[in-house]
Amino acid sequence: MSKVVVVTSGKGGVGKTTSSASLGAALAQTGQNVVLIDFDVGLRNLDLVMGAERRVVFDLVNVVQGDAKLPQALIRDKRIETLSLLPASQTRDKDALTEEGVLGVINELRAKFDWIICDSPAGIEKGAQLAMRFADMAVVVTNPEVSSVRDSDRIIGMLDSKTLRAENGEHFEKHLLLTRYNAARAAKGEMLNVKDVLEILAIPLLGIVPESADVLNASNLGCPVTLHNPESAAAKAYADAAKRLRGEMLEIVEPVEKKGLIGRLFGRKAAVA
Amino acid sequence: MSIFSFFTRTRSAPVARDRLQILLAHERALSGRADLAAILREEILAVIAKHVAIDRDRVNVKLERGDHVSTLEVNVEMLDEAKAKAG
Repeated sequence: MSKVVVVTSGKGGVGKTTSSASLGAALAQTGQNVVLIDFDVGLRNLDLVMGAERRVVFDLVNVVQGDAKLPQALIRDKRIETLSLLPASQTRDKDALTEEGVLGVINELRAKFDWIICDSPAGIEKGAQLAMRFADMAVVVTNPEVSSVRDSDRIIGMLDSKTLRAENGEHFEKHLLLTRYNAARAAKGEMLNVKDVLEILAIPLLGIVPESADVLNASNLGCPVTLHNPESAAAKAYADAAKRLRGEMLEIVEPVEKKGLIGRLFGRKAAVA
Repeated sequence: MSIFSFFTRTRSAPVARDRLQILLAHERALSGRADLAAILREEILAVIAKHVAIDRDRVNVKLERGDHVSTLEVNVEMLDEAKAKAG
């Protein structure tokens, strides 16, 4: 049984595309057949983050409108052979997608892949609604910051009302992926901590990805962090999150602040005050 | 900035958490009822209009959210029709 996962957040810039690429790659690295769909028509970026920007010929809109067959539009990853990408169109807008068209594409993909990961555009408009419409479950990407948490709450409400599953009265599975987490700042009370965010959003935690230069580095190079630097803390967080998506029960370890000698001597003052 | 501000570092996260909790409690209650104030206005006016003549342009509805209590304020200006009849 294939699973359709929407990666969504409401707010832009919190790490949806990076997380789609990293989770997809991590799943594919464990031998699962994975396809990533970029739903951000007009502002596509998943191709860039995946390093496939020069290989795009046909896209999601072409397939939905019948101008190209699905296999022609799928881009097979050169590094992981079980990973494919269906890019968005860069020249069209979200109105070029229809609900029937998207359903057709997803049904065709279900026959070939174990995981269909839908990278949602920001916002709550048509593009975001189509990305979540036929999903079986959602990964809600949130930064520990007020506007991101508020927007995530709104998106959670939409997942519970606007998805096909929810409309049919079925339970809709949602997971929280906390990204850009800075343990040091959370410990000092300068940033919402894991407990705060979980208490407010009240959905199960899939993982905590620390704020890290490795993630930016990987995007710069067009290679998911789980592939480029698998030993980094961010890559491990994504790899563990992927295992949890597959149903493995792994304990979530909250990132701790790493202090040098100087930090240990002088950092305490700030924490106490 | 005083020298003490270094020691009494502001812990802003608890404030963020509290603000979010209050805000989201309201937003969740209102979700699906996009404009509660407008709906209340229409229904309340319909009831009043059944018994008293009112000018719909002279009605003011205010929904105010507080930390613990929210208030709904409805100001309806009555027309002088009733008085005119009596006199």
